Amino acid sequence: MLTIVYFAWVREIIGHDEERIERPAPGTTIRTVIEGLAAQGGGHAQAFADMDRLRAALDQRFVPLESMIGQAKELAIFPPVTGG
Amino acid sequence: MSRVSIQSQDFDPAAELVALEASGGGGVASFTGIVRGQGGLVALELEHYPAMTAMQVERIVEQALARWPLLGVRVIHRFGRLEPGERIVFVGAASRHRRAALEACAFLIDWLKSEAPFWKKEHFADTALWVEARAEDEAKAQDWAVKPPR
Repeated sequence: MLTIVYFAWVREIIGHDEERIERPAPGTTIRTVIEGLAAQGGGHAQAFADMDRLRAALDQRFVPLESMIGQAKELAIFPPVTGG
Repeated sequence: MSRVSIQSQDFDPAAELVALEASGGGGVASFTGIVRGQGGLVALELEHYPAMTAMQVERIVEQALARWPLLGVRVIHRFGRLEPGERIVFVGAASRHRRAALEACAFLIDWLKSEAPFWKKEHFADTALWVEARAEDEAKAQDWAVKPPR
């Protein structure tokens, strides 16, 4: 299984902050995982409508959406950060 | 004292500066971020990624230590609900000379804006809006001409 965590408006639109999915093949990219979730429709489709507004982290490290899932345990999907 | 604190409670900038002054350098520079109360803002809500935040801010501090000869660094970033006038963030750096301390401070705050997993939501009397990331903040972080800590 792969744990996916959401933050900010991505979390709000999807309606929960965490879910677990069947582990994708290691060569699967984050973008492909997101496309698969968006295909479920509902909040996922709405939150993931514009990929340019999404950023990701794998095992608590920022990575591009083109990164492969590999052996990661946790995928995080969120908008661009606005701290400081 | 730890170099990085991610906390909901307030902090005392004076006490932080005193601690940095004791690190033996010739200069201490700092930046304190305060919630602006413009446009009828009632509160700012800061969300973060608890499993990642402290580790990521440590990586940013490591970048600063690799670039400047610092004797002390302190970063405090608050999360949760903050009202106008409240402190959000503190960055302090001590070094033998002013330039290193001042530049490290600017670097740390620029990178906290674009490389730390925080998200701000602005609450007004009858609505709430997530703050959009600004391209210029990203550009400022890139201006430091080093790769982000990944």
